[in-house]
Amino acid sequence: MKTVSLLILLSLPFNLLAQSAAEQGLQIAREADRRDTGFHDSSAAMRMILRNRQGDESNRLIRVRTLEQPDDGDKSLTTFDEPADVKGTNFLSFTHKTGPDDQWLYLPALKRVKRISSRNKSGPFMGSEFAYEDLSSQEVEKYTYRYVRDDSYEGLDTFVLERYPQDKDSGYTRQVVWLDKQAYRPQKIEFYDRKNSLLKTLTYSGYRRYLNKFWRADEMFMENHQTGKSTRLIWTDYRFQTGLTDRDFDRNSLKRTR
Amino acid sequence: MTRQLAEGLIRWRWLLLIGAVATALLAVSGVRFLGFSNDYRVFFSKENPQLLAFEQLQSTYTKADNVLFVLAPADGDVFSPQTLAAIEWLTRQAWQIPYSIRVDSVTNFQHTRVQGDDLSVEDLVRDAGAYSAAELQKIKQVALHEPQLINRLVAPDARVAGVNVTIQLPGIDPQAEVPEVVAFSRDLAAQLQQRFNDIDVHLTGIVLLNNAFSENSIKDMSTLVPVMFGVIVVFLLLLLRSFWGTLATVLVIALSIVTAIGSAGWLGIQLSAPSASAPTMIMTLAVADCVHLLVSFLQRLRDRADRRAAMVEALRINLQPIFLTSLTTAVGFMSMNFSDAPPFRDLGNIVAIGVLAAFFYCLALLPALMVALPVRAPAMRNRSMAAMDGIADFVIRYRRPVLGGMLFLVVGLIVFIPNNELNDEFVTYFDQRVPFRVDTDFTTRNLTGLYNIAYSVNAADSGGISEPAYLRKLDEFANWYRQQPEVIHVSTLSDTLKRLNKNLHGDDPRWYRIPDSRELAAQYLLLYEMSLPYGLDLNNQINVDKSASKLDVSLRSLSSNATIALEARARQWLAAHAPAYMHTHGASPSVMFSHIGSRNIRSMLVGTTVALLVISMILVFALGSLRMGLISLVPNLVPAAMAFGLWGLLVGHVGLALSVVAGMTLGIVVDDTVHFLSKYLRARREEGLSPAAAVRFAFHTVGTALWTTSVVLIAGFLVLTYSPFELNSGMGLLTAITIGLALLADFLLLPTLLMTLDKKDAYENRQPADPVKSAV
Repeated sequence: MKTVSLLILLSLPFNLLAQSAAEQGLQIAREADRRDTGFHDSSAAMRMILRNRQGDESNRLIRVRTLEQPDDGDKSLTTFDEPADVKGTNFLSFTHKTGPDDQWLYLPALKRVKRISSRNKSGPFMGSEFAYEDLSSQEVEKYTYRYVRDDSYEGLDTFVLERYPQDKDSGYTRQVVWLDKQAYRPQKIEFYDRKNSLLKTLTYSGYRRYLNKFWRADEMFMENHQTGKSTRLIWTDYRFQTGLTDRDFDRNSLKRTR
Repeated sequence: MTRQLAEGLIRWRWLLLIGAVATALLAVSGVRFLGFSNDYRVFFSKENPQLLAFEQLQSTYTKADNVLFVLAPADGDVFSPQTLAAIEWLTRQAWQIPYSIRVDSVTNFQHTRVQGDDLSVEDLVRDAGAYSAAELQKIKQVALHEPQLINRLVAPDARVAGVNVTIQLPGIDPQAEVPEVVAFSRDLAAQLQQRFNDIDVHLTGIVLLNNAFSENSIKDMSTLVPVMFGVIVVFLLLLLRSFWGTLATVLVIALSIVTAIGSAGWLGIQLSAPSASAPTMIMTLAVADCVHLLVSFLQRLRDRADRRAAMVEALRINLQPIFLTSLTTAVGFMSMNFSDAPPFRDLGNIVAIGVLAAFFYCLALLPALMVALPVRAPAMRNRSMAAMDGIADFVIRYRRPVLGGMLFLVVGLIVFIPNNELNDEFVTYFDQRVPFRVDTDFTTRNLTGLYNIAYSVNAADSGGISEPAYLRKLDEFANWYRQQPEVIHVSTLSDTLKRLNKNLHGDDPRWYRIPDSRELAAQYLLLYEMSLPYGLDLNNQINVDKSASKLDVSLRSLSSNATIALEARARQWLAAHAPAYMHTHGASPSVMFSHIGSRNIRSMLVGTTVALLVISMILVFALGSLRMGLISLVPNLVPAAMAFGLWGLLVGHVGLALSVVAGMTLGIVVDDTVHFLSKYLRARREEGLSPAAAVRFAFHTVGTALWTTSVVLIAGFLVLTYSPFELNSGMGLLTAITIGLALLADFLLLPTLLMTLDKKDAYENRQPADPVKSAV
């Protein structure tokens, strides 16, 4: 037993040993963030397939534009295409590294922009198993981290990190993230609810590299273990550096964008 | 042949003893597989249509049970800083309850407001301790005008408030899950009372209901069984007046119980509230076999026979009746397999196994023990014999008036059977000694009802729940329901949309109405859903396709018939006022329990008829006379009919548990008839006596045994009435009444019938002899 643990210890790189699990976790998160920095802007279409315990399915279709911010969280503009009765609804959000995000919604039926003032980011996004906080820009500062262990996932060598939301209104006590060592891409995330029971598992598949640097998954599958419901996201039409600017992410653009 | 069997039982007694002990040990090892069910759904068979409808509803929305904390502050004001702080504390802590997926209360109610172009969605109460009087007043105003809160989470008079926790039991280990949730919740309630002075906390909800079922089954087992043992020992000592005889009987009974319960384990039966009364019933039923055998044995012994000879003779004359009565009793209990409610099938099977085991142990253990142990004959007692002869004389002398009187009584009671109204209110399954009952009654009186009906109301198409026509109709339906006197609260999506419409028009109360277009409603919902926190989403009221929404109705304490009638009225309303796609029917535990009584009575009618046919065939075969078999039908059927009539006169409502009584008692009451008829026939055939003389003979020989075993049976089933579980206590009481009436029928109706219907000269071709001396 002793020799086994000694062998494991020896097999770890020396500098990692010297660090605490928290430092090591943060370092991995930073590295993942660094590797995904510099895409400037992107756009993509997403189909959501919602499924309940009975197997009934329902679809939602949205488009997302993202603008990278050098010193803060990303700005994003989400356009709803389906279902038809919410077509043309636009959702603008400015994520912040600390503090609540800013959110506005344009309702075409009301022809008005409404700012959503709410601490709540943990509710389901369009009735799906994804919370807004699962889909919004994952800033390093939103969590504290702990490196847990190395693991392998679907044949990939991975780090396993735990991250703890800083936001008190988060729906989670912690998340466990499997990041592959090769490209620091999230492969699987387990979400633990407020009583620290496993709530959901998110798995990523079909990673593709864009601009020779940025990895995006074609499919994200979220399964709720407590309710038996699930949601599959299918991403298409990824485009990068299409020339979007801050002017495409303000209150006026909310009304304009189709 | 009977003599050879009896001799064989004596010769091989030690082998039989070892075999019996081995059988018992083998069976008892099955006990480790036993568990107590704690799910009210066990009462429903897999194919029960109301259960299927409810499960469909749950898998469309959220499959969930609940724990409801009801807080009653001593000062009678929920909107005090302290009580609000207590609710806030409990609301936060309740997320820690195992398997909780949602917590709703006044404090975390998602209050929507507008300020300019800002829509704010936040907890109605945050940090209540710091509120000013004006702020408290404002919160009170909002809460008492919010249809989603009032009569559901806060009482209109603001004296009590609730915290409702939605629990999603994984169902992997139900034995552990329910108690885990309940223990945690009770601990929270205790903590709250410690932290915040002068607040009473009551606990109810479906999880508590489930827990009450298992808790009280265990209590039944652990209190009723010892009481019953005490009763049995006292009776045995009085009846047999033999220490060794009593001890041997107790041994037979104990082995019968462990064999039955152990076999239940082997069969994979999960004990539930009804089947928890099996040991008490087995104990009661097992006594009879032993008493009949031992009474004969002790009589022989008194006549100075040696123990071995006395036992052979006792076996010879009792083997057939004991076998017959055990068989018919088992058949009667097995009729419960026709019940729609699986726990009663289990009860029937366990008791049937127990009865057959008792027969086996009685024959395998008693001979060896009685021959080996230093049993002495007790002194003769003649009082009861004399009394029996007195009854016989009376019945023979006044046969016509007695028969007439009995027929009058029978008819007089039977006409009251229709007085019985079917009713299964699951809260009243528990009596006032059960905290669940007390807390639930408090909740129903002061806050909201545990009884409910839920509807999944379809819209015309995918996303159709946003259609104004749908929402308006839904709103009308909800309003219709609110006008019904049986209803406490209605929760509907249309209320949420009216509120949002008002919010987005500057909180102008004139806009508290259904939005004018589908797009508007859909976009409001999108906006609202985007701003809700974890766990407080709309997924429990809207299906994934947004093509149906759930409407929940909370009810006052309602009888089954009233629930069925209300639900029928609701369906009529929909049929008359709503488009066809909105037509739907209600589903809920209340609806399920409302139908369970009539479903069971229908299935048990078949079961009882089958049992009657089988038992009658056994009797015809055993008595060797079709005529006697037919005559025996009367005293076999009449007691249950009379008992239900008496019940209709005195109590007036029957439910699930009582629907099985007729079938169950059939097998028991038939025993008395068998004993009486077999002695009567022996007198007629072997001694060539007249019907009247044969009646006297039957009274003389088995009268004492009949009334003593009946008394033991009545006492045994009366012990069940001590159960806090009214399914069991009602069943015990009605069974005891039935057995009492059966004795009456056997003493007064059967003999007079025989004297009237039996052809006088059928067997009178033999020499008469002194019956008392020759034939016992």
